Amino acid sequence: MSIVNYATREITCKIVYYGPGRAGKTSNLQYVYGRVPGDRRGRMLSLATQNERTLFFDFLPLDLGSISGFSTRLQLYTVPGQIYYATTRKLVLNGADAVVFVADSQTRQFDENVESLRDLHENLAAQDIDVRTFPMVLQYNKRDLPSDLILTESELDEALNFRGVPAFAADALHGRGVFETLRSISGLVLRRLSAGSVAHG
Amino acid sequence: MILDGRFRFDNYVVGSANRLAVAAARAVAESPGQVYNPLFIYSASGLGKTHLVSAIAHQAREQRPGYGAAYVTVDEFVEDLHDAVSAGELDPFKQRWREHDIVLLDDVQFLTGQRETQTELLRLFNQLQRSGKQIVMASDRPPGEIPDVDARLVSRLSGGLVVDIGEPDFETKLGILRNLADGREPPIDAEILDAVAKVDFANVRELQGAFNRLEAYRSLHGGNIHAGNLRDILGLRARNTPVSGAPVREGDGGNGARREPAEFADFVADVSRTVETSVAEWKLRITEAIATWAAEGYRTAVLERALKLPRSPDVDGLLATFAAACAHLGSLEREAITLAPGFANHSVFRDPERVAAAEGLLSRLRVGGEPFPGPDASFTLANFEVGVSNELAARAAESVGAEPGRHFNPLVICGPGGTGKTHLLHAIGNLLREGMDDTASIACVSANQFIEELVEAAQQGELERWRARWRTVDALLLDDLDVIAGTERAQTELFHLFNALASENRPLVFASDRSPPELDQVEPRLRSRLAAGLVAALSPPDRATRRSIYARFLADVKPSVPDDVLDYLADSASSSVREIQGRASRVFALARSAGRLELATLRSELDGHLLPRAGAPEGLVDRAADPFFVDNERVIWDWHEIPGRAIEEIR
Repeated sequence: MSIVNYATREITCKIVYYGPGRAGKTSNLQYVYGRVPGDRRGRMLSLATQNERTLFFDFLPLDLGSISGFSTRLQLYTVPGQIYYATTRKLVLNGADAVVFVADSQTRQFDENVESLRDLHENLAAQDIDVRTFPMVLQYNKRDLPSDLILTESELDEALNFRGVPAFAADALHGRGVFETLRSISGLVLRRLSAGSVAHG
Repeated sequence: MILDGRFRFDNYVVGSANRLAVAAARAVAESPGQVYNPLFIYSASGLGKTHLVSAIAHQAREQRPGYGAAYVTVDEFVEDLHDAVSAGELDPFKQRWREHDIVLLDDVQFLTGQRETQTELLRLFNQLQRSGKQIVMASDRPPGEIPDVDARLVSRLSGGLVVDIGEPDFETKLGILRNLADGREPPIDAEILDAVAKVDFANVRELQGAFNRLEAYRSLHGGNIHAGNLRDILGLRARNTPVSGAPVREGDGGNGARREPAEFADFVADVSRTVETSVAEWKLRITEAIATWAAEGYRTAVLERALKLPRSPDVDGLLATFAAACAHLGSLEREAITLAPGFANHSVFRDPERVAAAEGLLSRLRVGGEPFPGPDASFTLANFEVGVSNELAARAAESVGAEPGRHFNPLVICGPGGTGKTHLLHAIGNLLREGMDDTASIACVSANQFIEELVEAAQQGELERWRARWRTVDALLLDDLDVIAGTERAQTELFHLFNALASENRPLVFASDRSPPELDQVEPRLRSRLAAGLVAALSPPDRATRRSIYARFLADVKPSVPDDVLDYLADSASSSVREIQGRASRVFALARSAGRLELATLRSELDGHLLPRAGAPEGLVDRAADPFFVDNERVIWDWHEIPGRAIEEIR
């Protein structure tokens, strides 16, 4: 996937929000969507079932305008978290420049988090992506829930963040941590510009 | 209208939005009347059209003392025209305008509804273009979008090059600001200029206005300008464009609604800082160079490869070498054009990786002058019907194309008239062209032309030059070789040329109505050399070939020709492809008039016309039997390619 095109002066990043079902991936995108001026965002495409579960994926294009002469765009995607949508997840992950792994902080969702993270690693490996160098951040969502229902950040870190990537506590429904996460992942992916991830039109 | 002396190329800042327009304008200024005529530049207001148009006039006049340039707006032209009409001096008006070497017309959009002016302009444009004079126009929209303008004038306006100028990008704006700031005391902080360049101005005039505002503020309040008060000074508080280092906060986080835009603005500011520190400067420079050279028509593959390198090469050296190669190619091309105008814009002069090929081409042109006629592209091996009667020759042709100069050198194609010798000769030429460099000289000529050039050169005492010219060919394909019989001098020269080319394995192909041993009155030494390669004979087409040829010629007949008709046509013997073509033309015409081809109708029509009529004078009988003489006009009309011309000559 090309990140920067020097010939057309365009920077395009595809960022995929990955994680188990109901972890809050779509909520992240909805919060971003609500905070972006109308002229900077595309139509948020959300294919959801009647009970508001993501069926296929969400897609939110963001136009950050001209930065250093480069027309800069972010494309935010979510994958469906449910186990049985494995094919769609692979499809959405294809060509991703970065991943935000949204984990559900609830204790009872611990296994789903681990399983989803394992699934992410498998899918990245299938695309010959070296996860050790691939831009990724973790987001521990639903930190607003009562503390007896959720794991602590250090417990989640120990279980999920064995690579030591940036991790953010979040309450995506109300916006806490959403932009911090997006800023971090954008920074990671954009700093790769000088590392040679380029296309030349 | 007097040209503004400040509007010159050297102070016109070039960026991605105007690069093509500037390249075109420079080309026009350097060679007025020769490239892009007319040049039509359009853009929204305030983006530099007038500057560019004026720069063309300035440069053209600088390079050519005494050069007459007229720069007017359409309104002024209309006024001038009306004055001339009212004073009864239309002819002097026309004469005056015709005398200008370059006419630059601004605000062309105001031609709307000006019928008389449009007519006069159309006439003037025609006259100027006929006499090689340059026309440059500027408008706020492309020609096709100017309402109520005569279609012929629109077509004329669009007939050269139409280019637009877009809104300036960051770099262009920064370049303009630096130009404006140059020499100001005290100097303006570079960060301030950067920040101003990042503001979304609709056009360059707004940008200049902002700069003037900054200057005014500086003169009143001293140099106290910083990112924090910049937007206030520029009166841009209402806008939402981030300025580097000072993201615009529309609220300060109290309630959710006020915090929303600030969150996104902070994010964009953060991303901006990351991008600014991450984009590779050397890649930007190479990309700029690619865009500039590509706009001037040069192939930039070498720069594109450099862009893919993992780390920065010696960019200065690379770009300087590239520029030097382009300049060298330009000088080669200029000389080539003086020797052979047809080589203007040849691809070899636009590829810095082919300098050696360009030099080779030029040295050949220096010796040989105008290039030789090449093969006619319409004759290909794909549309040569192959059958028993010509299979050997067709295979030999393929072989020559596959390994030029090594297989069957020379190849002599012989056979009676109309069996496809010329077609095959040109088809071989086209095969050779595919396999050779595009600067290769493939001479595909008739022996008559060879002899004529020789005679002319001998008369003018330029025999040596003639010999040198013919020795530059990379492949020699000579048609109608039989006409060389009895021409001693031509045979001697051909003999020496043959030896020179054969010794360098350059392909030699000949077409003749007789095989080499049958060529009486041709020197034995030449005959033996011709016979030493491959002699491939073409016979009159066999039945299967005849059927295929009929099927091809009648492929467009609707409804399609029935098999029994094709069989009937193929059954009748024909001595040549040409005869089949003649007959097929008649069948085609019959099908068009009858709507449907039936064997019975066809049989009576064809046989009736082709059989000699009773009582016809002797001599006419023979002519009537030849389908060519049945309907001369149609045959020639339908055969507009080389075979048709050949027939016309015979006639």
